[in-house]
Amino acid sequence: MLEIKNLHASINGNKILNGINLSVRAGEIHAIMGPNGSGKSTLAHVLAGREVYNVTDGEILYNGKNLIEMPPEERAREGIFLAFQYPVEIPGVSNTYFLKAALNAIRKHQNLEPMDAVEFLSYIKKKMKLVEIDRDLLNRPVNEGFSGGEKKRNEIFQMAVLEPKLAILDETDSGLDIDALRIVADGVNKLRKPDNAAIVVTHYQRLLNYIVPDVVHVLWDGRIVKSGGKELALKLEDQGYDWVKDDTKNK
Amino acid sequence: MPQASDPIANYLEHFSKFEKEISGESEIRKFRQDAVEEFKSFGFPTNKNEEWRFTNPSQISKIHFNHQLQKQISGEVKKQIDELAIKKFAQNRLVFVNGIFSNESSNTQFSPAIKISPVSETLHQSPESVIEIVKRPMIEGRNFFTSLNTAFMRNGAFISIPDNTTITDPIYLIFIASDDTTPFVMHPRNIISLGRNSEASIVEHYIGVSKNVYFTNVVSNIILNQGAKLEHTKIQTESVNAIHIGSTYFHQFESSKLHQNTIMIGGAIGRNNLISTLNSKNIECTFNGLSLSEGEQLLDNHTTIDHVMPNCESHELYKAILNGKSRGVFNGKIFVRKDAQKTDAKQTNRTLLLSDEATMDTKPQLEIFADDVKCTHGATIGYLDADAIFYLRSRGISENAARDMLTHAFANDIIGRISAEPVREYLNKIVHDKLNQRR
Repeated sequence: MLEIKNLHASINGNKILNGINLSVRAGEIHAIMGPNGSGKSTLAHVLAGREVYNVTDGEILYNGKNLIEMPPEERAREGIFLAFQYPVEIPGVSNTYFLKAALNAIRKHQNLEPMDAVEFLSYIKKKMKLVEIDRDLLNRPVNEGFSGGEKKRNEIFQMAVLEPKLAILDETDSGLDIDALRIVADGVNKLRKPDNAAIVVTHYQRLLNYIVPDVVHVLWDGRIVKSGGKELALKLEDQGYDWVKDDTKNK
Repeated sequence: MPQASDPIANYLEHFSKFEKEISGESEIRKFRQDAVEEFKSFGFPTNKNEEWRFTNPSQISKIHFNHQLQKQISGEVKKQIDELAIKKFAQNRLVFVNGIFSNESSNTQFSPAIKISPVSETLHQSPESVIEIVKRPMIEGRNFFTSLNTAFMRNGAFISIPDNTTITDPIYLIFIASDDTTPFVMHPRNIISLGRNSEASIVEHYIGVSKNVYFTNVVSNIILNQGAKLEHTKIQTESVNAIHIGSTYFHQFESSKLHQNTIMIGGAIGRNNLISTLNSKNIECTFNGLSLSEGEQLLDNHTTIDHVMPNCESHELYKAILNGKSRGVFNGKIFVRKDAQKTDAKQTNRTLLLSDEATMDTKPQLEIFADDVKCTHGATIGYLDADAIFYLRSRGISENAARDMLTHAFANDIIGRISAEPVREYLNKIVHDKLNQRR
């Protein structure tokens, strides 16, 4: 589904990604861990098409298509979804209005008829249950005045509505208490299907107790320096990142 | 022909003709002559005058405007009114075509409790009721154009709402300019008084269809007596070559509540002066404004809230959206006089620039002479939030749609505060059309 080859990216002339290689197949969950400043969030944003990052080398193939040349909205319509670490507040635009516009843009891309207001409301009612989101939040402006937990839950709710093929969760666990974490993780697990995949970017192993990854990667200095099964995350939790750094230097 | 270098001569010449036409109105003759002396002493303003620093009126002084108003209400104009006005208010409207009251387009099924008539009629029948309101002393906002209007005042709406009367349907005043023959000027004057504990909603709508240059020089005097509540909305959608200069003077008395909305969209030059004097205690005054400009338009809002007495609140939020090479001005004065203790005044001005070539001048001006008051002000000028655009795009929404959504949301912050739903609907459509026609 996703094939990243030798990806280099920079922002304002600072190199952040220095040759990432990553392959994600349908049905898989990949966790990306790593210390602060290793490039995890940059990778997530580059995949979503954030233009402030400059891809200087390498390629990203998504279902065989060159992702780098696609504007962010087209990536979204092709099924890529980024759950933001810091969801943006948009005063004056209601959550439902925004989501309906997004869903219908994606449906148009798929040659489906747009949903009218009635269809849309009954559709999102089902999705609301999935992430236990408050009805009240839907009528409020996007993320405005939401608590940290509400914002993260709203990201997963959007994911439930838009049904992406490849979801990228950028530190969705940060700032969540244990109950909120469980609700968010449950939502992600319920949305799991054989034909979709997820990349979970996280600092802590905690989230991976709930969203069990098939592969864990360690990102360091803009490269993937170690990959392994879910036990790798446990080892990192236990021993920190220093041994990975030492291993890498000794190679 | 008057020389271009003496712009006042033109108006004086028209005044002497005008005076002959209105020979019957002796009681206000003196009043008009005083106004002539006043505008002569002010002189035609230039941008050396602090009040006109950003909007140079000297280009207006160069145009020789015809004062002979063209009374024309053709089928064409009727169609244009139906098309461009707020349809839901069709039952309660006074229409002025090229400055002249049009009986056939107006629909005055107003509550019999209210006195409502064209000012021309009131001047004829009871000139004292006009003078009583117009002569009210103005500490702030006296200017050349208001005096000019006073000298020539004849057209406009006279509305008097008695005590303890609630008017549920908004009163809709339409001023449509359709004459294309020659540059012309009109001086509409609206004189409105709300009795004690009365309640009303009034919409003034300035519409232009003429392609030629014309000049609307409007003044409204509005009194809110004790306990009166008014939502007053001014919508300016003049045509592209129009010049619109307007001054609205409110006098508020004890426990009255004013909710004023000013929407400026049309005209080559639009200047709006809005002044409310809070003459007694426990008054609430809310000013909301939205300007939408493009091309080489210049839209200028000068507001004054004058806190004279204690325990009054004022809230002011003005927003501007500028595109193209357009220019915007916001000058917001708040006076807190020495007796106006416990004043709570808040002023905010926000500008959204959609183009690198648009410019905005904003100037908050607070003058506080009382010591126990709460006064805040803030101004921001910026572009659309890049993070928000990316967020929307990352959900599949196109870049253009994302920009429109954010721009509309910015405007809707003002539109959403208007109580009259048909006005909100109308403005949402106008904003939507404006955003779409850019492409």
